[in-house]
Amino acid sequence: MRIDDSSSTEQAAELDTLNIDPVLSMRSITKSFGPVHALRNVAFDVYPSEVVAIVGDNGAGKSTLAKILAGVHPQDAGSITFEGVDVSIPDPTASRELGIATVFQDLALCDNLDVVSNLFLGHEITHGVLDEEEMESRSLELLRQLSARIPSVRVPVASLSGGQRQTVAIARSLIGEPRVVILDEPTAALGVAQTAEVLNLIERLRENGLGVVLISHNMADVQAVADRVVVLRLGRNNGDFRIPDVSYEEIIAAITGATDNVVTRRAEAARRSSPLEAEDGTE
Amino acid sequence: MSMQRGIKNETPAQIAADLVDERLIRTDGLRGAFTAFGIRVRSGDLGSLPVVIGLVLIAVIFQVLNPNFLSANNLVNLTLQAAPIGVIAIGVVVVLLVGELDLSVGSVSGLASAILGVCMVRLQLPILLAVVVAIIAGALIGALYGFLFTRFGVPSFVITLAGLLGFLGLQLALLGPQGSINIPFTSWIVQFANTWFLPPWAVYVLIGVAALGVLTHDLARERRRVRAGLQTHPLSVTIVKVVALAVVLGAAAWYLSTDRGTGVMPVIFVLLVVLMAYLLRRTRWGRSIYAVGGNVEAARRAGIRVRSVYLSAFVLCSTFAVLGGLFAAARLGSATTSSGAADQNLNAIAAAVIGGTSLFGGRGSAWSALLGILVISAITSGLTLLNLDSSVRYMITGAVLLLAVIVDSLSRKSRASHGRG
Repeated sequence: MRIDDSSSTEQAAELDTLNIDPVLSMRSITKSFGPVHALRNVAFDVYPSEVVAIVGDNGAGKSTLAKILAGVHPQDAGSITFEGVDVSIPDPTASRELGIATVFQDLALCDNLDVVSNLFLGHEITHGVLDEEEMESRSLELLRQLSARIPSVRVPVASLSGGQRQTVAIARSLIGEPRVVILDEPTAALGVAQTAEVLNLIERLRENGLGVVLISHNMADVQAVADRVVVLRLGRNNGDFRIPDVSYEEIIAAITGATDNVVTRRAEAARRSSPLEAEDGTE
Repeated sequence: MSMQRGIKNETPAQIAADLVDERLIRTDGLRGAFTAFGIRVRSGDLGSLPVVIGLVLIAVIFQVLNPNFLSANNLVNLTLQAAPIGVIAIGVVVVLLVGELDLSVGSVSGLASAILGVCMVRLQLPILLAVVVAIIAGALIGALYGFLFTRFGVPSFVITLAGLLGFLGLQLALLGPQGSINIPFTSWIVQFANTWFLPPWAVYVLIGVAALGVLTHDLARERRRVRAGLQTHPLSVTIVKVVALAVVLGAAAWYLSTDRGTGVMPVIFVLLVVLMAYLLRRTRWGRSIYAVGGNVEAARRAGIRVRSVYLSAFVLCSTFAVLGGLFAAARLGSATTSSGAADQNLNAIAAAVIGGTSLFGGRGSAWSALLGILVISAITSGLTLLNLDSSVRYMITGAVLLLAVIVDSLSRKSRASHGRG
């Protein structure tokens, strides 16, 4: 993969020299829904101990990419490599078993159950009957590792604040000891302080060696916490930047396609007339 | 273990791992337990408090209106009447917990009594075989509901409404033109429901076992909590709980023994409640029932096999409905076309709701079947003693049900605003 963007080439080159293999990499991913190309020839990598943000406008294909990784719907074409092995992700169970944990925007918590029950939902520790004490003490340990501020693990999740609920959802995704965590808009509905808490949590995931995929609309969050940002535009790769090397304006330009000038318009016209050459930009 | 010790070492001065956060309101000892209870009630987590208060009110009112209400004789009758519908209500609780509804429990219980009558009297099969046939039929009905619900996604309300009509028809068809089958009074099943009473010593032994069971359960839990480095509850709370349980049950058993005593059928009902309460609270299956009732999508994503959970709930509900129908037929000594008629159906659902199981799914416990049926039976029995017409009885039961649902909705709102979900 070489994305035709100078900064991303540098990025890739730098990682190559560090000799770190991506934990997860996707190549030539294509997905259509009916007549709509949601993703076309998209390439995407996640390295260990890295927060990579996927940004893009509405309909850019961010969520589609995440859902392919989560096993919600498989890609039409393209390959996924996880820890160097070619894999297919036909369903959510396969995704979980590979070591990919996904926290969707709706969090999927049971409001009527307490924090412990939610953390261990579907993976309860049992000795014939539920071992509540073991689960409670492990929950406390897990939340302590994440420096999560949840006053009591025996209150129903409904009583927690938005940030605490997000924390519980993220903590739950870690129960299966994943290698990659995908967070879909984790700060979308949160206040300033709660957002900061979640961002701290994301940094802690990185410190623990996880690859974190952050899908976000919020550029401030992305610039605060991400190491790398991958821009999607209309279902295609439209840039791959290292955060320290890129300005807010450059990201926005890649998202909106605002680098619209005579040259790009000519290239666009040429692409339209010969669609087979269309994908040279990403592969 | 090392990990747990790790927590302990880092927390200052022996604070349990679950009490580290300084924002927590600390409660210690027996007084702490009462304070915590007060806080819970004020925030709308009423638990079974409204039902218990309601029961006391009902008892006082009817006792004033008719001094026979609290007589041992009437209370023994009350326990015998409550058991069949109470058993049906246990199943209703399970279905309500997954956020669904079974309207057909009355018809299914009526069908069960018809199956019992036909197998026992017309076919001359052994009673036990008749009972087994009826229970299998109940399980199959539940499986059918579960299949239709999970396969086609038809609302359970509609499926079971169809079941209500369909199985009522089947019941009438089985009973044939005579419309009723008398079950011989000498058969053990009728004796069981009407004349089998435990001797007082057996009841006291049973209560002793129950108290001991609660004590060992609590002590074992505290031991596990100490080992896990968690907050422990004071021993005094456990002791007060166990003593109160033994004294209340012992007094009730003694009072009933001044008349005929404690019936075997009500004891079986209570044991079923205890069993279901345990399964719902302490097993993985029970946890998945609550999870599905709370948020189906979350349960599915957590890897819970949601379809099997729904299926198990419907199967249990119909099976308990059959068991209740058999109890009712045995108590009545006959299977008639009016067995399991409308009021029995709705009383079972009303009992579950009055007892505190939420109609919105995910909240409640098997104990609500016991509490709810006590309220309904007390009202029915009191009104019968006052020679009031069944028309008034229906209206009052309806009003109580409405009150219970309003309390449910209000406490839901209050829980939300006090952060108790």
